[in-house]
Amino acid sequence: MKLITAIIQPDRLDHVREALIQADITRITVSRVTGHGRQEDIEFYRGQKIAPNLIPKIRLDIAVNDEFVDITVDTIIKSATHDSGEIGDGKIFITSLEECIRIRTRERGGKAI
Amino acid sequence: MSKRLLKSLLAVPAAMLLLQGAAHAADAVTTDSGTTSWMLTSTALVLLMVPGLAMFYGGLVRTKNVIGTMMHSFAAMVIIGVIWPLVGYSISFGPGILGGFAGWDDKYFMLQGIDETIMSTQIPEYVFAMFQGKFAIITPALIAGAFAERVNFKGYALFIALWSIVVYSPICHWVWAGDGFLFNLGAKGAIDFAGGTVVHISSGITGLVAAIYLGKRRGYPKNVMHPNNLTMTLTGAGLLWVGWFGFNAGSAIASNLDTARALTVTQVAAASGAFTWMIIELFHHGKATSLGVASGILAGLVAITPAAGVVQPSGALALGAIASCFCYTAILIKGKLGYDDSLDAFGVHGIGGIVGALFLTFFIRSSWMADAAQKAGGSWTMLDQLGVQATAVGVTIAYAAIVSLILLFIVEKTVGLRIKENDEMSGLDHSMHGEQGYGLINLN
Repeated sequence: MKLITAIIQPDRLDHVREALIQADITRITVSRVTGHGRQEDIEFYRGQKIAPNLIPKIRLDIAVNDEFVDITVDTIIKSATHDSGEIGDGKIFITSLEECIRIRTRERGGKAI
Repeated sequence: MSKRLLKSLLAVPAAMLLLQGAAHAADAVTTDSGTTSWMLTSTALVLLMVPGLAMFYGGLVRTKNVIGTMMHSFAAMVIIGVIWPLVGYSISFGPGILGGFAGWDDKYFMLQGIDETIMSTQIPEYVFAMFQGKFAIITPALIAGAFAERVNFKGYALFIALWSIVVYSPICHWVWAGDGFLFNLGAKGAIDFAGGTVVHISSGITGLVAAIYLGKRRGYPKNVMHPNNLTMTLTGAGLLWVGWFGFNAGSAIASNLDTARALTVTQVAAASGAFTWMIIELFHHGKATSLGVASGILAGLVAITPAAGVVQPSGALALGAIASCFCYTAILIKGKLGYDDSLDAFGVHGIGGIVGALFLTFFIRSSWMADAAQKAGGSWTMLDQLGVQATAVGVTIAYAAIVSLILLFIVEKTVGLRIKENDEMSGLDHSMHGEQGYGLINLN
């Protein structure tokens, strides 16, 4: 089991979400986060361009069984990219997942995902 | 409303002549500070409805579209705010041209000819022009609810500018100007006290046409699209209710018994509409929702808008309840028909306006009917008036639908109105404005 954590641009959330659902990956957790990356965010504030130092991002947490890692990662990469790729498109972290428990049934491990 | 105004406009020269005979020719009509203060207050109250509408609509869309949706209301304040003093007031309230199709008077261009005018209602004409300007602002903003979450900002801006000039102002002229043909239809004219046809039916019908012409939002109706912030929607509904006292009670262009009547029935109809919607939901779903209460408030307010000058509180209770029943049903049917009137601009404003304008006939106070009978030279029945009301409603529906369709086509083929798929998925806030609505939730 792996935990896939993806940090993506907010405007790509719906693209990624839809692509994941198409690929049958439907159990995801989404949160708003902010952070520093290489990207400089430019927003307009009363007509002036400003670069806030913390940039809003979306974080996806997806726990998957090993055989689904590739399809999940490929789907996210494809759908989160702007055109041919821009600085700030995001990152994906994959970590080993020790245990997973479904609260309702107390199931553990791969079948609980 | 404008009955009073137009008669007053016509009466000004007459009054001046009369008074010239008297010693004090100079101060023919003086301002009445009581009336003027109430009209100034009403003007501000009606403007307050626009940010109220921004909050109401803004809370109902998805998070990624909250700024884009609120901007639709604010853009109306900005764009119509410029167009109205330039040409809107003249087209609406100038003397009829083109066979009464619209009005025009050079002296109203940029409001330059009213610098010293005091109307026979004893308010400066500036106050009246600004009061009417707020109605012109909120009307196109109402349409935006029908095509929320899927229009290009530039296209929207162009559309409401054109719409205000060729749809709103002519209808306003027909219904409210002293020489408008609907104003003079039948014994005492078509009854539209504060904008049932001019504001709500015209915007509701346009919304329906636009929603069908532009097509559904991506994913509708398969994907559920939850409101992002119902607390904001409720706050907006509250502001609309408060602002509506200016909208209706201000439309008496007075500060007297008529004002008190309009204010009372406005309050009663809003409560009755919300109450009815709440009861329907409790029976239908077992739960009363906040959005249901907000919708019922609006349905009641919309329905009483044309009627506020002629019905008594019992009529207001009935109109609010009837409007909620019809609007609730209309929204259920919308789900079956499958068109995407996203925030129910047609379902509430269109249907509520039509219901109000027609059903008010059955609740007109007897003194009004007696007066009408006298003017008609004998008898004037409910059915006669219903015919007049139906004509006004039918004309408004037909004109708004046809001209709006032409405008939609022009804007779509030139600037583009329907947003690109990629931009729709990213959301209006990012794609149209380069901003985000709830940035403060993130640390920055």
